[in-house]
Amino acid sequence: MSSIPTDLKYASSHEWVRHEGEGVYSVGISEHAQGLLGDMVFVELPEVGDTVSQGDDCAVAESVKAASDIYAPLSGEVVEVNESLADSPEQVNTSPYHDGWMFKVKISDESELDELLDAEGYQNVIDEE
Amino acid sequence: MSQHTALHAKHLEAGAKMVDFFGWHMPINYGSQIEEHHAVRQDAGMFDVSHMTIVDLTGARTRDFLRKLLANDVAKLSVPGKALYTAMLNEQGGVIDDLIVYFLQDDFFRVVVNSATREKDLAWISQHAAAFDVVVTERSELALIAVQGPNAKTKVATLLSAEQQAAVEGMKPFFGVQSGELFIATTGYTGEDGYEIAMPATMAADFWQQLLDAGVKPAGLGARDTLRLEAGMNLYGQDMDDSVSPLAANMGWTIAWEPSERDFIGRSALDQQKAQGTDKLVGLVMEQKGVLRHGQRVVVEGGEGMITSGTFSPTLGFSIAMARVPASVGETAEVDIRGKLVPVKVIKPAFVRMGKKLI
Repeated sequence: MSSIPTDLKYASSHEWVRHEGEGVYSVGISEHAQGLLGDMVFVELPEVGDTVSQGDDCAVAESVKAASDIYAPLSGEVVEVNESLADSPEQVNTSPYHDGWMFKVKISDESELDELLDAEGYQNVIDEE
Repeated sequence: MSQHTALHAKHLEAGAKMVDFFGWHMPINYGSQIEEHHAVRQDAGMFDVSHMTIVDLTGARTRDFLRKLLANDVAKLSVPGKALYTAMLNEQGGVIDDLIVYFLQDDFFRVVVNSATREKDLAWISQHAAAFDVVVTERSELALIAVQGPNAKTKVATLLSAEQQAAVEGMKPFFGVQSGELFIATTGYTGEDGYEIAMPATMAADFWQQLLDAGVKPAGLGARDTLRLEAGMNLYGQDMDDSVSPLAANMGWTIAWEPSERDFIGRSALDQQKAQGTDKLVGLVMEQKGVLRHGQRVVVEGGEGMITSGTFSPTLGFSIAMARVPASVGETAEVDIRGKLVPVKVIKPAFVRMGKKLI
C-alpha cells in the first residue's frame, strides 16, 4: 500500500500539488506513480518563466522502464524548478512527496484547485487501475 | 493463472515487485533495479531463472542430431562439460531460439532454452529428434539460480561440499559439471564471472537463503535486462526472432560454416542471406540526456533501422542501445526520440564486460 498524504491534492494522472503560500504550488508525482515507473534516471523539467496550462505535458520523467509525461495539474507560471534532480533523479523514488518535488507554479486560476482530488479520491483512482 | 517457481515465496518474503513474465509470476525488482545492477557488477547478485527450460537429450545419435538442429557445431565440444552458445534456426534461416548446449557424455547433451519460447522449442526439437532416436526430456523439476558478479564464485564456494568445490576448481568459462545434487555451470547473462546452478526445485529455497546469508543480493528481471544489454547480449523476441537472420542479429560468430558439408537446418537460406547481405545489429551510445528505447527509429547512412533494445546504462551513466540498421551504417546515426532527431555514436554492440567499461 503506497502512502497518500492527506494534506496534498492530486491529479488523476498521478501528480500531487502542495500549497507553499501566496498562490505558489509545488508539484511532484505520487509514491504510487514512482513505483510504477521504477528507478528514475532523468527528469526533464520546464524552464522557470514558462507558462503552463492545466493538463499540459510540461515535464518528462525517464525511468529505467519508460519515459512518462508529467502534466501540469494547475495553470500558471513556473517560478522554480528542482535543480537537484539533474544530479539525483532518484529523489523522486526515495522521497516522492518532499525532496523529489519537480517544479513550482504560481497559479493563475484558483478555481482549478476544485478539479483536483483529495487523498481519498486519488486512492479511488489507483484502486480502479 | 500464472506459474510460480520454487522461489516464489522467497521473492514475496523479500518484498519483490512481481510481474507477469510470459506466464510466470517473476520479480522485476526487489526495490531498486539500479542497486541490484550495481551489486552484480561490483559484488555478487542472484537471479531466479527457474522459468527457463532445461531439456536433456539422450541417445547414441544425439551429437548427430544436434549437428543437424543447431547452427553452431557441437563437433567443437570434445571435453565433457563444455558448452556452446548457438541459434536454432528454421528452414528460412530465422532464429527459433538462442540457447546454450552442454556436452555431458557421448549420449547425453543438455540444452537450456528460453521460457517464452518453450512450447515451440520443445515441439521443434521433438519433431526433429525422432529421426535420430533421441529422447527429449524436459527437466521441469529443476530450479535454476544464476549467481553473478566478481565475488559470486567466492560466495557460492561457501555453500559447496568439498567434492563440489573440487569439481568447479579451475573450471573455465562455458563449462558445466554435475556434482552431488547441483549442476554448476560457468555461464551467465550479465557479462560478469559467476555460475548458473541447476538443482532439484525442492532444495532451491534453502539454497537461495544460504546465498542470501552469504551476502549475495537478489536481483530481478529489470537488472537482468540492463546487465545483459550492457554486455551486448541479445534478448530473444526483442533483438531477434523467427523472422530475423542470425547474420542481422550479431550472431554471425555463432554460425559454424565449416565443414561445408554439414547440412544444418536453415543452412541453405543462410548461405543465400550471406551472399545477398543483411542488415546488421549495432550498438548505439547517447551521451546526452535521455533514454534510447525499443522501437525508436534510427536514421543512418543509406537508410533507416530500429532500436531493438534500449536502456539507461547504470554502469556508464548514459543511454545505450542495440539497433538493427542497414549495413551501410557509418560511425554516427540519429535516433527519433519523440519527434526529435538526436545524434548517437555507432559502435559494436558491447558496452561493459567483467566490470570494465568498453567505451
